[in-house]
Amino acid sequence: MKTPVKHTIGEEALLGLLQKAGPQASQTLKSINERGLPTRRVEAWHYTDLRNLLKNYPDVGSSNEATAKTAMATCKIGLPGITLPIINGGYHPELATTLPQKILVASQCQTQDWGEIAKDDAIGLMNMGLASDGLTIIVNENALIEDRICLSHIMTDTKSAATRHRVKIGAGASLTLMERHLTANRVAAVTNTVCDLEVGDRSIVTWVIDQQMCDLATRFGQLNVNLGANAELTILILNSGGKLVRQEINVEVTGEGSELNIRGVNLIGEGAHIDVTTRLDLRVPDTVSNEIFRNVVVGNGHGVFQGLINVASIAQKTDARMACNSLLLSDASEFSAKPELEIFADDVQCAHGATVSDIDEDQLFYLMARGIPEKQSRELLITAFVAEVFESLEVEQIGEVLNERIDNWLSNNG
Amino acid sequence: MMLEIKNLHVKIVEDETEIIRGLDLSIKAGEVAAIMGPNGSGKSTLSYVLAGRDKYEVTEGSVTFNGENILDMSPDERAVSGIFLAFQYPMEIPGVATMNFLKAAMNSQRKARGQAELLTPEFIRLVKQSAGDLGVSMDILKRALNVGFSGGEKKRAEILQMALLEPNLCILDETDSGLDIDALKIVAEGVNALRDKDRAFLVITHYQRLLEYIVPDTVHVLYDGRIIQSGDKELALHLEKNGYADVIASAA
Repeated sequence: MKTPVKHTIGEEALLGLLQKAGPQASQTLKSINERGLPTRRVEAWHYTDLRNLLKNYPDVGSSNEATAKTAMATCKIGLPGITLPIINGGYHPELATTLPQKILVASQCQTQDWGEIAKDDAIGLMNMGLASDGLTIIVNENALIEDRICLSHIMTDTKSAATRHRVKIGAGASLTLMERHLTANRVAAVTNTVCDLEVGDRSIVTWVIDQQMCDLATRFGQLNVNLGANAELTILILNSGGKLVRQEINVEVTGEGSELNIRGVNLIGEGAHIDVTTRLDLRVPDTVSNEIFRNVVVGNGHGVFQGLINVASIAQKTDARMACNSLLLSDASEFSAKPELEIFADDVQCAHGATVSDIDEDQLFYLMARGIPEKQSRELLITAFVAEVFESLEVEQIGEVLNERIDNWLSNNG
Repeated sequence: MMLEIKNLHVKIVEDETEIIRGLDLSIKAGEVAAIMGPNGSGKSTLSYVLAGRDKYEVTEGSVTFNGENILDMSPDERAVSGIFLAFQYPMEIPGVATMNFLKAAMNSQRKARGQAELLTPEFIRLVKQSAGDLGVSMDILKRALNVGFSGGEKKRAEILQMALLEPNLCILDETDSGLDIDALKIVAEGVNALRDKDRAFLVITHYQRLLEYIVPDTVHVLYDGRIIQSGDKELALHLEKNGYADVIASAA
């Protein structure tokens, strides 16, 4: 007999919400009740001790049209493109931009067809138990969508929200989707978003995760992708906020000739813990994948990157690369990187590398010797370090948006 | 005097090695002073110390620039006060666009001096003009700072920065190294165009060759951290012909 775990305050709060959630939460409730949230003894959570880091789980949020309107105005959602607002966990179709005919969006609470959830998949489990809304987005075959589609998640209070989105992109389609995650100032919101993305054959897709919540907020995110044949998928991740963040990216490459690019920047401020965990399952021959992360850590921030690439025995001629470079700007800042390759095929090219460095003193001196003050010189060098990741983006506007985030973060944390 | 160095002693912070050991040097406004000396005599250290590199520590002596003690000033403050170092090895900085860097440098200095910042059209006009004079293509200025520049392009880009920043004291640290004769002429012309009664130059070089094109008013021999002999341009010719040995021997 195992001794039942003594629950933390965070777990108690979460269990309370799960009890109220009804039948959809029964599996989650049982699992967390018996085992608690994962600790560092669970390998997938070794660097993010969720049980100790999750201090609270506030009540489920709600919104009406008025609060949603205010939220959108204060959080400056006004980016060009199509905005689908999800305020405090609820979708507001009345405030959404009109969609082109080639896209179908439906909002529904999805309680079925969860598939199997792994024991250590805490984000999936919590999402299954608590998801209250979500969008199903279906993009027609061969649709070329020029406007970027933006799923704007905003939290206005210290509440929690869980959403699950499904996006199916037809063969030969082309578009950019953006998940944005924002909060009002100083709210200790907790959000959980799972997105299931199916990328059809020959389609060209950019998926952006732009997380800029306030420094008290907690976010759990999971993006599960199935990548079709000869498709091109670029995933851009920018974390420039949040107190506790875990973003998981799981990509199953099932189509030959596909190309996957993951580029991420994590800006980790004082008191923040930001974890990006990726898993690529390469199941077919002749695919290319490239992952690059640049991280900047200040104060006592802690960043985590776990990257697993699994190459199946039939996945010959795979070309997979992974790099994680971090700038640690204080003695107390910390970054944990764990790249992993599991290769069962014999004719593949796989590489990974992780580096940690500080600002280059010679470069700093050069800039200062031209009259640029130290703070500004440092900012130039930090921006240069991370902006490289977003250079040469085909969607230039996205690069500009991301660079603006970097500038904002630096002026607050530099 | 524009620059006055008195009994300067400098050591490397990391290993305490003393590099400059009692150096005296004065430069007037409008003067072109050349410093020559064998490898390891302290030439580059002197240029770094004047620009404010913090891996060197001044243990004794003073440096005043236009009557002001500069030793407590940070590198950016020294730049704002009018000191410019053309680096022997200009740093490559990936990710920093050259044009953005130039604009940041010019406007930082203007701001610190209480002048209005340059607007983009005026800035572009100034860069185009100086780049044209120095044979620097606008294409390379679109790249990241010094990244993928040839040796000659890097040196020319240094002189371009000097022309744009209009300093009072220009320190050229072995600007001739790695230049072929054509590039050397262009660089020297760029420097000569900036000669002015209010501007001084400190030209650090191994070879007399550069001094054929940038003709100095004074020549100083630096050896073992001290100026051991001073003269006019004839001294440079003498060194070229006879080497440093007899100058060093007569100073000993």
